Amino acid sequence: MSSSAATSSTGSIAVSVWRGDARHGNFQLFQVPQQPSQTILDVVTWIQRHADPGLSYRFACRVGMCGSCAMMVNGIPRWTCRTHVNKVLRDNRLTIEPLRNMPIIKDLACDMSEFFDKWKQARGQFEGSSTRDQQVAALSPGLPRRRIADAATECINCGICYAACDVVSWNRDYLGPAALNRAWSLQNDERDCAGEQRLRAVAGDAGCHQCHAQQGCATYCPNELNPTASIAGLKRMVSQAWFNKGLACHPGKKCGLGKRHA
Amino acid sequence: MLEMRLYLAQRISAAILAPLVLMHLGLMVYAIQGGLDAGEILARTRGSLFWGSSYALFVIAVAVHASIGLRKILHEWLGWRGALLHGFSWLCLAGLLFAGLRAVAAVVLP
Amino acid sequence: MKAHRKQPLYLAFLLHRVSGLALALFLPFHFYVLALSLQGNQKLDSFLHWSQLPLVKFAETGLVFLLAIHLLGGLRLLALENLPWSNAQKNYAAIAVASAFFVALGFLLRAF
Repeated sequence: MSSSAATSSTGSIAVSVWRGDARHGNFQLFQVPQQPSQTILDVVTWIQRHADPGLSYRFACRVGMCGSCAMMVNGIPRWTCRTHVNKVLRDNRLTIEPLRNMPIIKDLACDMSEFFDKWKQARGQFEGSSTRDQQVAALSPGLPRRRIADAATECINCGICYAACDVVSWNRDYLGPAALNRAWSLQNDERDCAGEQRLRAVAGDAGCHQCHAQQGCATYCPNELNPTASIAGLKRMVSQAWFNKGLACHPGKKCGLGKRHA
Repeated sequence: MLEMRLYLAQRISAAILAPLVLMHLGLMVYAIQGGLDAGEILARTRGSLFWGSSYALFVIAVAVHASIGLRKILHEWLGWRGALLHGFSWLCLAGLLFAGLRAVAAVVLP
Repeated sequence: MKAHRKQPLYLAFLLHRVSGLALALFLPFHFYVLALSLQGNQKLDSFLHWSQLPLVKFAETGLVFLLAIHLLGGLRLLALENLPWSNAQKNYAAIAVASAFFVALGFLLRAF
């Protein structure tokens, strides 16, 4: 690579950045020098370092692993550290906003509390039955259920699917694609023993049945996961439990998932 | 778990509707040639147990399917909820059942 | 339309919803017309006379398209939810639109 191509700027980009908090705000225009191999995160960082040190945004790893730098770029949710400017630039302009469907804290940083709370509501925690004194479970990666669990497991909690989902914006209680995808992965984990409670959690009024398979989640997931497919799997699982044994509406009354109590 | 029940009702009614709609489409494409004629329609349907029961099932399934669909749209696009949403859903179901079964009776009963 | 919505399967969702809404709004009118026969064949016939107008024939063709696309789009959703996952959803949605178009075209050709 020639050093001049790697360092010299090739003009400037007009970048509209959302400034403000949960109550009010507006777009502020910055002229940012264009660089080769420049990412959206590079652009935001340049603005903070050279134009306005007061700009708030969130990032950590810069290599697409931590899931903290997602923002709306030209109206589409993206991981900014792995999104190259030349891939998304239109007419030399960029619009950068905080992730949709989450309360804005300040500028480009949004409050992801509800996003993570919904993971808990969907019982996104693994619940094992063995102790540290027992042997580690041996799992063959080729088993059908393991393959299903693996297909949904590489989520980095970036919130892009959540921001892309219209159902979330129409129904604030909806658990959303990430939490349900996580639940589906755990439902197929041989070692997990909370399947019954989790199925009840995802079959609730804010759960998997809200999904309209618009597939924005699958379209924009940076790790190419498919939450829509996971949610369809949960719907099937709930229907099967309902028809086979009668899904309990209230725990303790008639428990259909797994075993029936008298 | 109301939403799960609505989901199941929506999908089961859809599965019932699918073959009936297919039949309806086929009949429309067939019958439209030469224009619609009341005598032609009623000659087929009057006193027919097959058409009577098919259309009655059609009406029941479509009333369930459409009222759940409208309910979803009103909730998601207009923000309706609570008693208003429930009330409208039931009204919709009752209205479509009444009007639909009345129409079936009109074309089937001799 | 917001940028994140500009993808084929969102448009498929929108088409399914709007066609369903239009069909649901048409239903009461459809039932009303059929119930006219309670007042005798002539009453129904006098109404069906309107269906000879070209404009009405085009409107009916539109309804046939809506019904066909709602049926085929709905079958895609039933398959998506109840059969093993297929990655060809965009293809299925495109096939549904094309097929509904041909059904409506068939209706239109026979109507005139």
